[in-house]
Amino acid sequence: MNGAEQRILSVRELTAACEDLLRHGGRMQMAYGWFPQEGAPPELCYLASPAQGRFVLWRCRLQAGDEVPSLARISPLLGWYEREIHELCGVSFASHPEPHPLVLHEGAQAVLPPLDTRRAPQQALQFQPEPWRLPEVAGKDVQLLPFGPVRADVVESAQFVFVYIGEAILHFHPRLFFKHRGMEQRFRGLSPMLGTVLAERVSGVGSVAHGLAFCQALEAAAKCAVPPRARWLRVLLAEMERLYNHFHYLGHLCHTTTLKVGEAEGKWLEERVKQLNARLTGSRFLSGLLCPGGLRRDLDPAGLSDALEALRHEFAEYIERLERTNSHVDRLMTTGVLSRQAAFDQGATGPVERASGLDRDLRRDHPYAAYADLPLMVAVRDAGDAHARMQVRASEIDASFALIQRLLLLLPDGPVRADCRPLAKSEGLGWSESPRGSLYYAIHVDEHGRLERVKIKSPSFSNWRAFPLTVHDSNMMDYAINEASFGLTIAGCDR
Amino acid sequence: MPLWTFFGLARGKATTNWPRGDGDNGQAGGLGMPRYHPERCKADCDDCVGACLPGAIRLRPQGQGGPRLELDYGRCVACRLCTEVCADGALTPSADWAFGVRSREDLRWTEAVGSAPAQRLKGAIHAAFGRSLHVRHVDAGSCNGCESELQALNNPFYNLHRLGVFFTPSPRFSDLLLVTGPVTYTMREPLLETYRAMPEPRWIMAVGTCAVSGGVAGGGYACAHGLDGILPADVYLPGCPPNPAALIEALLMLLQRAPQRVKGGRLVD
Ligand code: SF4
Repeated sequence: MNGAEQRILSVRELTAACEDLLRHGGRMQMAYGWFPQEGAPPELCYLASPAQGRFVLWRCRLQAGDEVPSLARISPLLGWYEREIHELCGVSFASHPEPHPLVLHEGAQAVLPPLDTRRAPQQALQFQPEPWRLPEVAGKDVQLLPFGPVRADVVESAQFVFVYIGEAILHFHPRLFFKHRGMEQRFRGLSPMLGTVLAERVSGVGSVAHGLAFCQALEAAAKCAVPPRARWLRVLLAEMERLYNHFHYLGHLCHTTTLKVGEAEGKWLEERVKQLNARLTGSRFLSGLLCPGGLRRDLDPAGLSDALEALRHEFAEYIERLERTNSHVDRLMTTGVLSRQAAFDQGATGPVERASGLDRDLRRDHPYAAYADLPLMVAVRDAGDAHARMQVRASEIDASFALIQRLLLLLPDGPVRADCRPLAKSEGLGWSESPRGSLYYAIHVDEHGRLERVKIKSPSFSNWRAFPLTVHDSNMMDYAINEASFGLTIAGCDR
Repeated sequence: MPLWTFFGLARGKATTNWPRGDGDNGQAGGLGMPRYHPERCKADCDDCVGACLPGAIRLRPQGQGGPRLELDYGRCVACRLCTEVCADGALTPSADWAFGVRSREDLRWTEAVGSAPAQRLKGAIHAAFGRSLHVRHVDAGSCNGCESELQALNNPFYNLHRLGVFFTPSPRFSDLLLVTGPVTYTMREPLLETYRAMPEPRWIMAVGTCAVSGGVAGGGYACAHGLDGILPADVYLPGCPPNPAALIEALLMLLQRAPQRVKGGRLVD
């Protein structure tokens, strides 16, 4: 696969390879399955990042009758990927530590697994809702509070079950994937350009990050060089996306600590970035510009520098006030602590892992677009609590402002689009550091240059896995604050 | 401890007057649905059809007469690819976003726009709610873009409360069911349950192209085609996502406090 080294493994070699990777300071990133040959068993792909150097894609072509080991006991974050592969590709993992339905809900039935290429693409799942099994909790005064999937206010759908006594949460069980749209399957058969339109709509508030990771995967497959101006403008789009998302985050966090004026200010800053986005690109979500090979048209960022400078001043005043507001900060400190080890094991990503002391950022560690040419400060905190998560994002806003100003100053001239056509049967890996963390697209192209399999690893899929660990043994009053401090989306996770 | 009240006062008023007076609707520069100019459309070309992911553009079957293309704005995600592949200027980019309609038919491009759009919905709505409206939102599998814009309605710029529209957690106290997303198989039942819990009279609004027709996510193994065949909507608002001003116009249209602006697939005012 272009964009990553490749290593062919047999089923029997998987366990040792995974142990070896971890022992040498590496980490698993994601896993998925696909069907390279109709009717034959699928191939498993694991994306590993060694401590140093390029990503490595482990490929394991299954044979009928293979017993596939679960790696979730060695690298816990793989637990969800294996369950997803089980449900979407029909592969069973031996002695999986958490063998419960994840992506497809109890009662969903398919004669062939959804990603099996023999299945008609429009064939809907059969669904007879079945009760789902909760961990059994017994004891005096223990109560159960199920909440959702339709929740209060304008929020995304998901169901949460709290097992609690009084104010104390004993156990928290989120049930996600109500919003599973089967997006990965919808890419099948599309041209690269239409695939971009789809990628921009996997997670609306991550349109750029998704579009970019998708395009970069295709460009890797096509071995296509993107013109400098387009690479630089892509950074502009990605950082504008970070700005409006992080402002929204700060406003929403204030909402949960009932700091009304702080909420209004954060959301007002968000709105103004969205309005700038519309002026710059025609879209408040910055969509409709990315394409394989560069950008669909050039941008004129005249006036943007001044507008952002004004926002930067307001933001500086805003964050300074937030940090001095004890009623706000007190609610954040020590709330929802995610330890460094748990963040690593469960695969937490983005501002969440950086607030737990893990210093990783794809923009710096595996630079893409024009990030290698621009100064980037990566903010890291060690406390792992809600306050640290807020601080990391606040620092990232500062860093984005600085980076954009520099970019606007040095923006090269030239064309913004190169011809980009993936070769038959080519493959590519693309990634981006979205406002919520690491995002990967792995793309397999068919013999006609159309998309055959597209795998999306979204940051919220990673962070939803880590989040519950911070809720067990916490208290009800802090729940909403803690959830907001993670800045999760559900659309991205559920896909 | 900083004084947030003074901070708020010093910041001044962010809220727009719009849609009253000469207020700013906040959408400068934003692009919307493509415009169709059938007179420029050349025979033997179907480039736009292949460029349209959600299938909003089709060739009219031979011998039916009328313009060559059938355009359904209820399926359009405003990606503007059709305007880029059209060499003859038959499809052009536009800033048209106020696409809320009462009848699904009004989202299909037609040659003759006869009467003005029907302005009355169900006669009772004004009497029933006077000037306020309580909305229960259900996310039936959106990409979160629609939610982002719905949440924006309560930011200081749009300040939806000033118009007497409130989002409420309880279906029992709501008048309007506002649905986003293509309706995934798992959200179908919770959606219907919420609808059943609402008191009569109740209204339904399909927000975003996904809820109107399925958009780019509809179909496949996990999704329906929006509300189509599941619940009848009183107002359809396509867009990907519809911007906050479009949402406000559609809400006011439901309350008969703003006119419907689209008929036969284009703005008529
Ligand atoms: S702008 Fe609308 S009609 Fe044109 S290609 Fe995109 S979705 Fe189709």
